[in-house]
Amino acid sequence: MIPTSLTPYLPLLISVIYTAGVVGFVFLFVLFANWWERKVSAHMQDRLGPMETGGWHGWAQALADAIKLLLKEDIIPAAADRKLFKLAPYVVFTGSLAGFAVIPFGAGLIGTDLNIGLFYVVAVSSMVVIGILMAGWASNNKWALYGAMRSAAQMVSYEIPVALSLLIPVIMTGSLSMQEIVAAQEGGFWHWFVFRSAPFSLIAFVIYFWASLAEVNRTPFDIPEADSELVAGYFTEYSGMRFAMFFLAEYGNMFIVSAIAATVFLGGWQPLLPALDFIPGPIWFVGKAMFLVFIQMWLRWTLPRLRVDQLMHVCWKIFMPFAFANLMLVGLWQVLVQ
Amino acid sequence: MIISLNHYLVLAALLFSIGVAGVLTRRNAIIIFASIELMMNAVNLAFVAFARHWGDVGGQIFVFFIIAVAAAEVAVGLAIIVVLFRHRETVNIDKVNLLKW
Amino acid sequence: MEAFFFLLLAVVSIFSGLMVILQKSPVASVLFLVLTLVCVAALFVMLSAPFIAAIQVIIYAGAIMVLFLFVLMLLNLQRFTEGAWSRFQITGVVVAAVLAVVTALLLRAVPLPADSGFLRETPGLGSVEAVGLSLFTEYLLPFEIASFLLLAGIIGAVILSRRRP
Repeated sequence: MIPTSLTPYLPLLISVIYTAGVVGFVFLFVLFANWWERKVSAHMQDRLGPMETGGWHGWAQALADAIKLLLKEDIIPAAADRKLFKLAPYVVFTGSLAGFAVIPFGAGLIGTDLNIGLFYVVAVSSMVVIGILMAGWASNNKWALYGAMRSAAQMVSYEIPVALSLLIPVIMTGSLSMQEIVAAQEGGFWHWFVFRSAPFSLIAFVIYFWASLAEVNRTPFDIPEADSELVAGYFTEYSGMRFAMFFLAEYGNMFIVSAIAATVFLGGWQPLLPALDFIPGPIWFVGKAMFLVFIQMWLRWTLPRLRVDQLMHVCWKIFMPFAFANLMLVGLWQVLVQ
Repeated sequence: MIISLNHYLVLAALLFSIGVAGVLTRRNAIIIFASIELMMNAVNLAFVAFARHWGDVGGQIFVFFIIAVAAAEVAVGLAIIVVLFRHRETVNIDKVNLLKW
Repeated sequence: MEAFFFLLLAVVSIFSGLMVILQKSPVASVLFLVLTLVCVAALFVMLSAPFIAAIQVIIYAGAIMVLFLFVLMLLNLQRFTEGAWSRFQITGVVVAAVLAVVTALLLRAVPLPADSGFLRETPGLGSVEAVGLSLFTEYLLPFEIASFLLLAGIIGAVILSRRRP
């Protein structure tokens, strides 16, 4: 049915379609998560949240917001560094979207199964910091600059506990490739890395989850964009489409850190029980990631914000020693077991 | 056109020369520092190209060490610049001539 | 395909390298350096060194350059653009040009083996396994020394930047 002259282009076509699908998924996820976050926060405060737009439980609220943002006037402050101001949202958004290339949605559903997959995600997410600093600097606004500086300090510091705790499943698998890490957790939830060689991997999972909250600037680590003291942090001056880019990147990052936690600790696309494998892998994977996203939202309305000094204390004096000790003990464990 | 070692070496040489020009022509300490980083990267590129050419991972290990040394160097160097700025309110290295005769 | 990407990355990296030294504002200069570093990282991937490329992006672009930007913004150095160029500007350019020409001539004069393509194809050259094995066996002592150097760097930076009462 496909002409033979076109077969060399088939892999290219498939990757184009896959990329378009992933980008579409990111947009859908952001729309959904936006609505969901409003609903979750409303119900936690005994409110109803959006109920009007679209009919059933205000399902079209996020869509309406997106259209509003697209139609808004694009304002660039007079004192801003125009070039950097325009460039910054793209850097942040690219850094976020690039991570999706190695997220394994299913058995064959992965952009590219790099042999340094997990490392690649850490690398591209570190580029986001540059974009945030650019945004804060170019806005020429003291709130934005404070937000950017806080964010940079926080993200660079918390990258270390994140990387150290991600190394534990890597040691247990012996590979950095996402698909191999998932494959090593086959067969029921007791084979998942959170529960295997417990308590080390459980500690690693907890450290990863908390530190990743700091990486994506979520409560209780949201001091870079603390609305009650910094207006909105590094994107204070942004509006319309450029603000939407930051928003997309932020929610995209929420999904990425949850998806990585699901991949390396919660068995990726493997089912909960081997008997449940009639449910397709992508559903398991997205379900696990969404569950972690839900926990992120839950924490937002449960915990107060940390101060800057407390934030650094938690990172360097609590997470770091625990992550290091954990790493050494897992290494010892692996040597003794084998 | 087949890309070989020479192409990479020429690119590395050009980048290195740009770094040298930066160090020699600029007076802002931070930009001089950035130019030094540029030179280091040119050297890294040459090392990795040689590693590829001879099929020996040793060149890549060297790059690893160069990056580690660069990290230590930048931490101390930027601390020096910060201290310098606190004392003299400038980062122009022509104005920092206390030890010059 | 390979030639195309090499030329593209080479042109972009040389352009951004030139912008590093030509920009008046230090922030723009450092941001162009980030672009150069990312291009060099991409060249590392083409030279089958994906691990080193990831290290380059994480450490250089993600940490060292952030430190640069951090210091620039902390001190608000953007104000200091006067006297950007040295008195020896022309000399500097001439020296750099001579260096570039001499290096190019040397590269032509030295008969490097195999002018077409690379000498050896080693499967799994830059993989994490190969780099790790080499690092922790053959280069273990330099590795430990590097860690001491980093410790010294940390202590030096803390002591230097501490405000004295």
